[in-house]
Amino acid sequence: MINDIFLMNGYGIYVLSSFVFTLISFLSLYFVVKVQYVRERNKFIAKFGNLKSERAAFAKSQIINKEILSNSSNF
Amino acid sequence: MFKLLEPNKIFSVTSKAPKYVLFLFIVVLSIGLTEALILSPEDYKQSHAVRIMYVHVPAAWIALGIFSSITFLSILGYIFKIKNFFLIAKSLAPSGFVFNIIALVTGSIWGKPTWGTWWAWDARITSMLILALFYLIYLLAWRIYENNEQLYKITSIITILGIINIPIIKYSVDWWNTLHQPASINILSKSSIHSSMLFPLFIMTAAFALFSLLIFLMKYNTELIKIKNKGLDRL
Repeated sequence: MINDIFLMNGYGIYVLSSFVFTLISFLSLYFVVKVQYVRERNKFIAKFGNLKSERAAFAKSQIINKEILSNSSNF
Repeated sequence: MFKLLEPNKIFSVTSKAPKYVLFLFIVVLSIGLTEALILSPEDYKQSHAVRIMYVHVPAAWIALGIFSSITFLSILGYIFKIKNFFLIAKSLAPSGFVFNIIALVTGSIWGKPTWGTWWAWDARITSMLILALFYLIYLLAWRIYENNEQLYKITSIITILGIINIPIIKYSVDWWNTLHQPASINILSKSSIHSSMLFPLFIMTAAFALFSLLIFLMKYNTELIKIKNKGLDRL
């Protein structure tokens, strides 16, 4: 049974390499985009921390900024 | 209606959605892989090599669909001057490009056992390669140009030129004698694929669509935070 799944009448190498290539592409794209997201979010948090209290209060009044700060642990 | 799509309004949804989409993608992909690799039958002619179809066809469909969406959004964005449409288009492009590459590579792997060659300058394959080049040029344009007005104009021109290639890809197998087989699934007429193969094909298509949605959401959120970072610089 296990042999049938992997060998597939001699086509296993073609079938499995197609699926493995697809999954590797998915994982690579996911991690590249995730790294970009985390980098931008950390940059945002660092810049926010450097703002003076008045400006920080003004920036925090914007809904989207609040969302970015509250979702800092997302995915 | 367009105001409902303003970044400030939809960020609360797009920032929370990825974790749910990721969960759904893993569930659907697991079902799809079980169906595609174990439960679905082998083909009477191609034997188990037919299983490559379950990654090759959905990847090609989604690459074509995403490029069409990018063109539609770019044209609408340019006509109605809606910057957010360009941002959505930009966020869709990376997954479209990767799906195009997957379609080309898995098609090449499928070609070896069925046609006896890894590559042929056949109309369908060549037109898919041209689409990948359009994706690449589109993504590079976003990196090269910094002036927004210039960028919107150039990316719109790239997509309008690229969209001419979409009907060529679709009908290449009917217009020319190609190694690539004609379409087996038709919306308007009966498909020539048995339901035992259609089911895993649709499950895998759903999984791939969920993955492109996941990447789109992550990329879109990144772009919005990038804009907000520039905003903080001005404070």
